Amino acid sequence: MAEEAPILAAEHVSLRFGGVRALTDVSFSVRRGEIFSIIGPNGAGKTSMVNCVSGRYRPTEGRVLFEGQDITRLGPNRRASLGIGRTFQNLALFGHMSVLDNIMVGRHHLLKTGLLRGMLYWFGGAQKEELEHRREVEEIIDFLEIQHVRKAPAGTLPYGLRKRVELARAVAVRPRLILLDEPMAGMNLEEKEDMARFIVDLNEEWGMTVLMIEHDMGVVMDISHRVMVLDFGRRIAEGQPEEVLADPHVRRAYLGEADEVTQPAEEVV
Amino acid sequence: MDLTLLFQLTLNGLIVGALYGVVAMSFVLIYKASQVVNFAQGEFLLVGAWVCWWFLTEWQLPFWLGFLFTLAFMTVFGLVLQVVVLRPLIGEPVISVIMATIGLGIFFQALMKWIFGVFAKPFPPIFETERVSVLGLDVQTVYLASLGISLLIMLGFAWFFTSSKHGLAMRATAFDQQVAQSLGVSVPKVFAMSWAISAVVSAVAGVVVGVVNGVSSALSFYGIKVFPAVILGGLDSILGAVLGGVIIGLLENWAHYLDSQWLNWGNMFQIAPFYALVLILLLKPYGLFGTKNIERV
Repeated sequence: MAEEAPILAAEHVSLRFGGVRALTDVSFSVRRGEIFSIIGPNGAGKTSMVNCVSGRYRPTEGRVLFEGQDITRLGPNRRASLGIGRTFQNLALFGHMSVLDNIMVGRHHLLKTGLLRGMLYWFGGAQKEELEHRREVEEIIDFLEIQHVRKAPAGTLPYGLRKRVELARAVAVRPRLILLDEPMAGMNLEEKEDMARFIVDLNEEWGMTVLMIEHDMGVVMDISHRVMVLDFGRRIAEGQPEEVLADPHVRRAYLGEADEVTQPAEEVV
Repeated sequence: MDLTLLFQLTLNGLIVGALYGVVAMSFVLIYKASQVVNFAQGEFLLVGAWVCWWFLTEWQLPFWLGFLFTLAFMTVFGLVLQVVVLRPLIGEPVISVIMATIGLGIFFQALMKWIFGVFAKPFPPIFETERVSVLGLDVQTVYLASLGISLLIMLGFAWFFTSSKHGLAMRATAFDQQVAQSLGVSVPKVFAMSWAISAVVSAVAGVVVGVVNGVSSALSFYGIKVFPAVILGGLDSILGAVLGGVIIGLLENWAHYLDSQWLNWGNMFQIAPFYALVLILLLKPYGLFGTKNIERV
C-alpha cells in the first residue's frame, strides 16, 4: 500500500554488547503524526531501541533513517538539532537549576548567535533572540501547567511534576519526533491521566510524532495508533493495539498467558 | 601592634586573594565542565604573561592592543590544547589525564624558560602614577586595577553561567553529559570552550601579576596556590573558588603579619595556606561548598 515516507525508519537494527544481544534484526517505521508505542517485558530491548534512535547507542548492524536521512552515524546532539527530542526512563533533570533554566537548555541548538556575539549581549541582537525564546518557553510552560513552579529548583519538585518538567524540556528542543521512555512510570492514576492528555495534545495540537515506551497497557491501548512488541531483542508483533493484543505470541511473551504454567510477566511501574 | 600594617596587609590579602579567586575559578571551570584536574593552570598564567610581555616589548604595541592580542592568542591556545592533547584522552583513566596535564605544565614551564630566559623581566610601565593612596594606605595602581578586573571577571562569570545559553549548556554538561547531548548540546564544543575561557581568564591574572612583580617562572606558583583555594571552596563550586581564593589571600597576609610582628620565622605566609588546606580536609573533606558524592546502591 502506498504511504507517505515514514518520519522514522529502523532497518534491520542489531545491537550487541560483547556477547549480549540487546537487539536482533529489528525493523519498524513510524509514520508522521502518529503515536507509536513499543512494549515488551523488562529487558526486551525497548530502551536500547530508543537509544539507537536518539544516538546514545550506535547499532552494531542496520540503519536508522529520520525523514529519509541516514542518521546511524550521527551523534546525539546532531540528532537533537535535526528534530529528535527525548525524555529518560530515570528522571534526568538538572536538579540545581530552576525549571525555567532546565527548559532553556533545550533551546540551546536553536540559538543562532555564537559565543562572541552572546558576550556582546546588548549589541549583537542576542537579547532580542533570547526574549523570543523566552516567549516560546512560556508557551510550553503554560501548556504543561507548570507555571507555579517555574522558578523552583527542579530537584525540589515532587515526582509527577518533575516528569512534566522533563517533558517540557524535551518539547523545548522543538522536535518533530519525540521519544518518551516510560513517561508514566511511578505515577498515580490522576498523574497518568494528565500525562496521557499532554501526550495526546502534543501529538494532535503541536503536531509531534510520538515514539513511546510504556508499561501501562491501559494507556498504551488508549492513546497509541500503533504498537510494536519486543521480546528478547526481537520484534514479535506490530500493528493496531487491538490486533497486537490479540496476537498469540504477544499474549504468551508479554501478558503472561503461557501455554505452560509460568508466573505472569512482572510489571515494574 | 602596628595597625597600619595590618590594614595594609588585609588590603593586599583581598587584592591577591581576588586574583587567586580568578585563577581558581578558571580551574574549577575546567574541572566542572570536563572533569579534568588541570595541573597546568599556573602555566596558563605564565604563558599569558610572557606572550603579553613579548607583544609589549618586542613589538612595542600599546598595552591595550598587546593585551587584546594576548587574549586572542590564549583563546586559540586553550582550544588547541583541548583538541590536540585532552580530547584524545576522553574516556581514559583519570590518572592518565592528570599525568598529561602535569606533563603539559612541565613542558610549558621549560619552553618559556627556553624562549624568554630564566630571569624575571619587568613589564614596561603601564600606569602614569605607580602608586595611589586609598584611605591613607599606599597601594600600587596596578593592584587596584587588578581588583577591578577580578571583580569584572567574576561578574562576567556569574552572568555567563546564569543568563547565557552557552553557560547553561556548560552547566547542563557538567551535570549530565548524556542528557545535555539529547538536548542538542555538543559536548566536545563545551569542553573546548571551557578550556579556551579558562586559558584566557588565567592569562589576565598572569598579566596582572606580571605587571606587578615582573614575569618569571615564579608565576606558575599561582597554579599551586589554587589548590588550597579550590579545596577550601569545594572542587566544583565557582562561588566557592572565589571565596576560597580570597580567604587564602587574607590568610597569607595575616600569617605574614603574625610572623613579622611576633614570631619572626620568616616565611610563614608561604606555608599558611597549606596548613589551612590540611585543616579543611580534616574537617570538611568536600570543602565549604562542594557536592558530596553520595553513592546510592
